[in-house]
Amino acid sequence: MATPENSVDKYIKREYEAGFITDIESDALEPGLNEDVIRFISAKKNEPEFMLNWRLKAYREWQQMEEPEWAHVHYPKIDYNDIIYYSAPKSQKDGPKSLDEVDPELLKTYEKLGIPLHERAALAGVAVDAVFDSVSVATTFKEKLADAGVIFCSISEAVQNHPELVEKYLGSVVPTRDNFFASLNSAVFSDGSFVYIPKGVRCPMELSTYFRINAAKTGQFERTLIIADEGSYVSYLEGCTAPMRDENQLHAAVVELVALEGAEIKYSTVQNWYPGDEEGRGGIYNFVTKRGLCAGAHSKISWTQVETGSAITWKYPSVILRGDHSVGEFYSVALTNNLQQADTGTKMIHMGKNTKSTIISKGISAGRSDASYRGLVRVGPKAENARNYTQCDSLLIGDKCGAHTFPYIESKNNSAVVEHEATTSKVSDEQLFLCRQRGIDAERAVSMIVNGFCKEVFKELPMEFAVEAGKLLEVSLEGSVG
Amino acid sequence: MLSIKNLYARVEDKDILKGLTLEVKPGEVHAIMGPNGSGKSTLTHVLSGRDGYEVTEGEVTYFGKDLLELEPEDRAREGIFLAFQYPVEIPGVSNIQFLRTAMNSIRKYRGEEELDAASFLKLARQKIGMVNLDPAFLKRGVNEGFSGGEKKRNEIMQMLMLEPKLALLDETDSGLDIDALQTVANGVNALRSPDRAVILVTHYQRLLNYIVPDYVHVLANGRIVKSGGRELALELEEKGYGWLNIDDDEKSVV
Repeated sequence: MATPENSVDKYIKREYEAGFITDIESDALEPGLNEDVIRFISAKKNEPEFMLNWRLKAYREWQQMEEPEWAHVHYPKIDYNDIIYYSAPKSQKDGPKSLDEVDPELLKTYEKLGIPLHERAALAGVAVDAVFDSVSVATTFKEKLADAGVIFCSISEAVQNHPELVEKYLGSVVPTRDNFFASLNSAVFSDGSFVYIPKGVRCPMELSTYFRINAAKTGQFERTLIIADEGSYVSYLEGCTAPMRDENQLHAAVVELVALEGAEIKYSTVQNWYPGDEEGRGGIYNFVTKRGLCAGAHSKISWTQVETGSAITWKYPSVILRGDHSVGEFYSVALTNNLQQADTGTKMIHMGKNTKSTIISKGISAGRSDASYRGLVRVGPKAENARNYTQCDSLLIGDKCGAHTFPYIESKNNSAVVEHEATTSKVSDEQLFLCRQRGIDAERAVSMIVNGFCKEVFKELPMEFAVEAGKLLEVSLEGSVG
Repeated sequence: MLSIKNLYARVEDKDILKGLTLEVKPGEVHAIMGPNGSGKSTLTHVLSGRDGYEVTEGEVTYFGKDLLELEPEDRAREGIFLAFQYPVEIPGVSNIQFLRTAMNSIRKYRGEEELDAASFLKLARQKIGMVNLDPAFLKRGVNEGFSGGEKKRNEIMQMLMLEPKLALLDETDSGLDIDALQTVANGVNALRSPDRAVILVTHYQRLLNYIVPDYVHVLANGRIVKSGGRELALELEEKGYGWLNIDDDEKSVV
């Protein structure tokens, strides 16, 4: 039997066919940002007035803000007037004409990850004219979701078809003025995903951006909104284990999750954007704001992330525990190699009574890279009996890399129990020698040791994602043992 | 099988082995005894290819090959197994995953088919029974939270799985109670065969009551100063290393 994953990933190669975007294929703006640009974007997307006003408000707020400098990352100043904020979705015909035109290093990585040949072309952005027979798979999938009442579409479609949901929830977790990058995103976001799970519904399948035709082309200002209504459940997978060919250097995405009473959202990410070459040239700057709101009692939000890509990662998936008895979880593996920099962690904001949060963070540094964990656990005055457990482990490979931990704890309630454990270890010569003495070569040994180190996080990932994540670590670590 | 000629080796500019010569043939069990600091462990480390040891003179051939030219993993794939004196922990990597990766790396090197998961598990369960460890240990992280005795049994279990041609046991008997010692010895004896050889490094002769060696060598100051049969070990037990005019900071106690 063909699994949805195998068949449907073919489908992502199809060009975006939804009506209103094809109309504007030839349009593109000059670089630069002003109110006219925002009006233009909104008009092109045929947005209702509330959306335009929301974007403009965000833009005006953004103009008053300074780019944050507190993160433990270094990069040249970004010129925001040198960015093109709107260009019609690229036709695949603009991409490389064949695999021969694609960076051979990228192709080698695909091969190592065991990505099927036809899929490699799609990931590399090659124009593929072949006709695929997988339409029926996608249709079956859509029907199944529709039967359950689940809405899963692009956020542009949601603005058109479900404006009341968008107006109610967009910005309800990450307000337009939240932070520099989130404000910018709110003003100019291009597209992203929208999910609504109705009351009491358990979403019949894992929702993956794989299933969305244009997911790979949503560009640098992606916006995602997921709403789980009372008593519902959804597991959402974001990303792809293969590095994507991408010309945008700055990525500033926003993801908002809302879990109403008794609802549960599980959000898993594997991020593998281009990290730049060994000298740190090129590579994506990934400045993402991800936050979930446990709005109702007994709700639960769980973030699981595996971050191996990007030149710079700035990302703190957080949970606001407003509902009583709500639960927030954060499981993270962040691996940096060569000259990569990552400043990542989470925030758990306890507001309701008997709220509980768990943070398991595993940082792995190799090469000359630098990885920081930055976490905040805040317990508000009304959060009786709040509980937090944080475990923060760093693993160093070699002696030129760095690992840093910045835990912040703020408690305004005496009944709170907050635990923090942190360890830093090295892949030891003894461990490596034991593996090699048993016939395992050094690279394989390092990847096995690192996988073991990440085990507690990998077990939180959906099965097939976990296998791929393990493979991904192996590829990302290549050349890290001399 | 193994021929060591006039071997000199140093660690951090300190000469440890100073002209060691030893010949091992298939089917033989050699016991290397000697006081602490005589170079016993260094010998097993040099043979298995551990980093940090510099061979300054002499040669080691193994089945006609220059052993010292081979990477540690290739030595293992060629059939050399070292049972560690202090087995290290690898948290999160299960014993079973570790062993299966090891076994399949070795099989691949030898041009053999990889063992499928079911056959592998069956074999592993059988071998772990031979060292009196609960099969639950297969799922635990490599040596993670194992007691000293459990670690040593686990080493022997790995040896039984990988079926080496030449097994090097580095003070495997240290810190074992009598039951564990018996178990370890049974494991080693099970492996004895006309085409395999064992080099046992030990401070005490106690282990040799259970694994009867063909030859006993006394190592002192980096070279073999006396060789003999089983009876040499007993004589050492009775008279101590002082009998051979060797200083021993830790007298033979057993």
